Amino acid sequence: MDAVDRQLINGLQGGFPVSERPYAEAAERFGLTEDELIRRVDALLAQGVLTRFGPMYHAERLGGALTLAAMKIPAADFERVAGIVNAFPEVAHNYAREHELNMWFVLATETPERIGEVIAGIERATGYKVYNMPKLEEFYVGLRLTV
Amino acid sequence: MNAHAAEILAHAGFEAPAKLDDADRRIIVATQEGLPRVPRPYHAIAAQVGVSADEVMTRLRRMLDAGVIRRVGAVPNHYALGYQANGMSVWDVPEERVRELGRKIGGLDFVSHCYHRPRHLPDWPYSLFAMVHGRDRAEVEAKVAQIAGLLGEDDRGHAVLYSTRILKKTGLRIG
Repeated sequence: MDAVDRQLINGLQGGFPVSERPYAEAAERFGLTEDELIRRVDALLAQGVLTRFGPMYHAERLGGALTLAAMKIPAADFERVAGIVNAFPEVAHNYAREHELNMWFVLATETPERIGEVIAGIERATGYKVYNMPKLEEFYVGLRLTV
Repeated sequence: MNAHAAEILAHAGFEAPAKLDDADRRIIVATQEGLPRVPRPYHAIAAQVGVSADEVMTRLRRMLDAGVIRRVGAVPNHYALGYQANGMSVWDVPEERVRELGRKIGGLDFVSHCYHRPRHLPDWPYSLFAMVHGRDRAEVEAKVAQIAGLLGEDDRGHAVLYSTRILKKTGLRIG
């Protein structure tokens, strides 16, 4: 990753044109050619520096639902429960975190009603309580990471 | 219903799903993994979806205006960029002050996601969540201290939950 890549990461986190030749248009801002920009974006994706390049959709406005949920799992049972939870296709992300509530996952479903069903399903399958923490209000989303 | 609950419902209404038709959905499915890296990416999508490129661009612009698309561009991987300490800071603040404080904390440039979420007493007294990113824990702790300073007496208790392991990570799947 060089200085140009850093500029691209900082400058391309939003506002990519929706136009005939968007890469050519964006490339101009960075003093690059269209071809160079495409190659660099490709390389950053291949290296895993970027996880995606394109439109970021807002799940709730697509009619789907999202929630954050947590569980309190004893260390000895953690791997088994993680396996059960991860097997639910509605579980999008799952993180181990340092806290008494030590498993935190995001559920994404096609309908709001489905969230409750999946939570009940996880509780039945694991034998542990799920703490449902849907967002009540969003104050800011969209990290502008500077590198 | 109290005023606060009404406000939350009003907000939920604002989040109501946009009206999307079949062509929109096909465009969403075709682009959720990202844009093709070719000189005319929207033409490539159009060919895949079976509508004109103008139609694809018009619909994408409409979805941007409606907030169905938050933005178009690069999504960086924090870990790969050296931001390896990601702390979920959670705050017990007075319920009637959540919105005002959330806006203040959400406006900080080192906070990515900031949400009001329900408490689960007595296990979980926290209702304001702010994700803080740093290169190491010391950097995250310093930023958390900055938040605590801003909250002052409204900080009735807080915790920082670090992720120790990714157990699963998939993109959101639509359609």
